[in-house]
Amino acid sequence: MKILVCISKTPDTTAKIAFVEGNTKFDENGVQWIINPYDEWYSLVKAIELKEKDPTTIIHLVTVGGADTEPIIRKALALGGDEAIRVNSISNDSFSVAASIAQVAKEGAYDLIFTGKETIDYNSSCIGSMVSAMLDLPFVSLATHLELNGTTATLKREIEGGEETCEAILPIVVSCQKGMAEQRIPNMRGIMAARTKPLKVIEPTSIAATTTIKTFELPLAKTGVKLIDADKMDELVKLLKEEAKVI
Amino acid sequence: MVLIYIDQADQQIKKSTQEALSYGAAIAKQLGTTAEALLLGNVSDNLTALGNYGVTKVHHINNVQLNTFDAKVNATVVAHAVKKLNATVVVFAHNINGKALAPAVAVKLEAGIVTGASSLPDTTNGFVVTKTVFSGKAFAAIQIETPIKVISLNQNSFGIHAQETTAIVEILDIPVPAPSIKITSVDKIVGEIPLTEATLVVSGGRGLKGPENWGILLDLAKSLGASTACSRPVSDADWRPHHEHVGQTGIQIAPNLYIAIGISGAIQHLAGVNRSKTIVVINKDPEAPFFKAADYGVVGDAFEIVPALTAAILKSKASA
Repeated sequence: MKILVCISKTPDTTAKIAFVEGNTKFDENGVQWIINPYDEWYSLVKAIELKEKDPTTIIHLVTVGGADTEPIIRKALALGGDEAIRVNSISNDSFSVAASIAQVAKEGAYDLIFTGKETIDYNSSCIGSMVSAMLDLPFVSLATHLELNGTTATLKREIEGGEETCEAILPIVVSCQKGMAEQRIPNMRGIMAARTKPLKVIEPTSIAATTTIKTFELPLAKTGVKLIDADKMDELVKLLKEEAKVI
Repeated sequence: MVLIYIDQADQQIKKSTQEALSYGAAIAKQLGTTAEALLLGNVSDNLTALGNYGVTKVHHINNVQLNTFDAKVNATVVAHAVKKLNATVVVFAHNINGKALAPAVAVKLEAGIVTGASSLPDTTNGFVVTKTVFSGKAFAAIQIETPIKVISLNQNSFGIHAQETTAIVEILDIPVPAPSIKITSVDKIVGEIPLTEATLVVSGGRGLKGPENWGILLDLAKSLGASTACSRPVSDADWRPHHEHVGQTGIQIAPNLYIAIGISGAIQHLAGVNRSKTIVVINKDPEAPFFKAADYGVVGDAFEIVPALTAAILKSKASA
């Protein structure tokens, strides 16, 4: 069993969101960087759980980014995984990022390719779907559960107002979310071991970007909360009806 | 031509499709072209009535295999249809299936894609689509550089625009590849509006102290015809079912009205609800961070305020 886990570097959930250079660039000043939570908590830990069940499993991590992503990749390796591959490319274009991952995936002949459900910075939720199309593999999105039986995977995925159970023959691409696994904290042994795990750097095959970010914008600040006295609920109802026009 | 994907489940067109159709029709108008819709599988809805949302034609691939969703199969079929129909803009709802499908379709068409669009594209100079980023804390204006453009629209960001017209329905013949997955069971909560499609949501947090106290919240929801949601600690403690959990790790929603009861408003919770049109916060702590993101706030004891609000709503409905 070979698993490829896609890892993305994102600003911490509580990071202050601001932009510089005429609102064309994210302000990285003072930002703490983390492993995208969905990549870490759900897809990476799920891969580790599968390896604990079957120790012959090999886990590779892949990230697309500059050298500044290496601390994040080492942190991910401290949780688990046998080796990491960094595709040396800095891009905001999902198409190019997915192409880089597909390039690694083709070489490695993986049985399972995991992504998080989306990254918390660009929220595009594109990579899993795109990689599956590039490799012509089945794609199960927003998975909350996965079990393996030989080369058959049984998965549960979120649908509107419920859950769907499906079976697929490996290899497949899966985007993972809450339910797949429980968050873990790396231990000292893991952190020490991560230092010597292989981290390969490869160059991307050049691909033209299909999209370009022109500018960023912050939403208009809320004009401020209108406080209503606890004993004047008739007034709140009136405001919701006549001012907000939502009921 | 702008082609809009019709999302369906259980032989019914999803509500989010109406908004995607309205949005696609507005893009077509802006570009001086027509808007047409694409349906995979069979539904019980009247297809000619989809003209109401601005499409002139509905292309129907009436293969029963397509009644259920298979991301790989659907992506292949949709991409094939786009090429056959010569569409230049393809629109999806940014819902569960749209997220699984649109990026794969973009790959097959070698098209640039913007997912989670929040407004109409700016086509005065190129084709620039604005989307929400950083979990709703910012917007990015993104230029699509390719001849074909793929867009998925954030739910409840454009609205449904309808006027009485009819669309022509044409059967489209596209080969359907063998299924890539086998759906073995579907487990749906019957009789409830899915949270992602709800326009009114009443949500509770730890401030309600225990599952036995949910009655007042359910009464309020019932008086409004609202769906119910909860914060992460509440679903983690199994006070409420997991499918009600809204927030960064749960479901992200954008209803017209979100009433938060006893929820402090941690940044992770806000990430799931900050696109709501109107937010009402009821909390006993005047320092609760949620008040900063709210439109209306009531400081005080939820156990008194919520029943009073329910009574006020019922009174207002009775007099209407």
